[in-house]
Amino acid sequence: MTGYSPDYHVETPANLAEALEKLAAEPGKWRPLAGGTDLMVLFDAGMLRDRHLLNIARLRELRGIEASAHEVRIGALATYTEIKRDELLAHELPMLGRAARESGAIAIQNRGTIGGNIVNASPAADTPPALLAYGAQVELVSLRGSRTVDYAEFHSGYKTMDLAPDELLLRVRIPRDPRLDGALHDYRKVGTRRAQAISKVALAAVGRVDSGRVTLCRLGMASVAPVPARMRNVEGEIVDNALSDEVIDRAVAAVDADISPIDDVRSTRGYRLQVSKNLVRSFLLRLREHGDDRR
Amino acid sequence: MTNASKESFRFVVNGEPREVTNYPLSRLLDVLREDLELTGTKEGCGEGECGACSVLIDGRLVNSCLVPLAQVEGATVQTIEGVADGERLHRVQRAFVEHNGAQCGICTPGMVMAALELLAEHPTPTIEQIREGLAGNLCRCTGYIKIFEAVVAACQQTEGPR
Repeated sequence: MTGYSPDYHVETPANLAEALEKLAAEPGKWRPLAGGTDLMVLFDAGMLRDRHLLNIARLRELRGIEASAHEVRIGALATYTEIKRDELLAHELPMLGRAARESGAIAIQNRGTIGGNIVNASPAADTPPALLAYGAQVELVSLRGSRTVDYAEFHSGYKTMDLAPDELLLRVRIPRDPRLDGALHDYRKVGTRRAQAISKVALAAVGRVDSGRVTLCRLGMASVAPVPARMRNVEGEIVDNALSDEVIDRAVAAVDADISPIDDVRSTRGYRLQVSKNLVRSFLLRLREHGDDRR
Repeated sequence: MTNASKESFRFVVNGEPREVTNYPLSRLLDVLREDLELTGTKEGCGEGECGACSVLIDGRLVNSCLVPLAQVEGATVQTIEGVADGERLHRVQRAFVEHNGAQCGICTPGMVMAALELLAEHPTPTIEQIREGLAGNLCRCTGYIKIFEAVVAACQQTEGPR
């Protein structure tokens, strides 16, 4: 079964204001279409239910990666290729480039966008764990104005999120936390093969130790819960503590409270739970070794 | 449920301005093969996994099965038909011929397009860069080694402007 193109209306707004007017005038009618690397797959399979698509791929207002003194702003339409090539991101937020490089092949990376990766809301998506680890926020815009939400609070359940029908994801905002400089950035994706595989489990973790105690520790995981998972219980066992064997054991045990993996076509609950614990332990052992010894 | 209307879209294909009138969500793959009769671009999986339908849009590798016609308005598209200079093969094509990089041939047009993007990015790629650059293009015949050898050979050819 392939998609039947006469069934699908496509409008291409000239600018952001026009796009927002369209979304506000007919809430819920128009589904934004950006790089097409998710929606066109559904279309090709004859499974794209939204019959009205708002082609936002060229909206200038949603493009680009820029930085102020305090934050990095990644436009919703920034592609994986743009993200993996950005020098500032590579230097300050390296797990984003790693995750972008893990997202499909070159042809997908050239089209797929970070905004699409977020609102497609797959729990297996590659960039969300890194966004969680870096404490990202998402800026949402509508004719009513704009608002900024912690990304860790954005996804409310499987494929549901804090996004109104008249809102567009404008950009991702990531604080330029000086503690990230010299921190350990650990991104690990576990799939069936090294390339071109959707993850069974993925971890993005950032940590820092000063004077023997952990001063920064945030972890995000993919494919282990209905939403990209921020590992708050694990973090709670670690922050402000020295990384003794006992602390690490308690943190690994806390993985149970942070995730709820399932059996599906790619893996099993039991495997995912064990590998999640292994990845968290591996990160914490590396962090202990990393220690105060930076640069 | 009313049907969409056909619309006219203008873009450049292999150096020539073209105008296509079709539904805006028509796949670029179908537009190329059916409206423009450029059948060198192949359909494999139709879901962005296999790379058989790879073309360049504004110099960037894409899967044409995932690109709706509405998104190529004003763009520049290069297909496998636009790679050779008349009868004179591009060095990548010549290397595929000389090093048995093609067997059944279905993946070959997409593989050549991916190799063009790879060589534009990395003129003398490492084997890891070749593997990454071609990872989105599946071949069920060659086992890939002959293809990698062809790409290496293409980099070593220095004669001619291409």
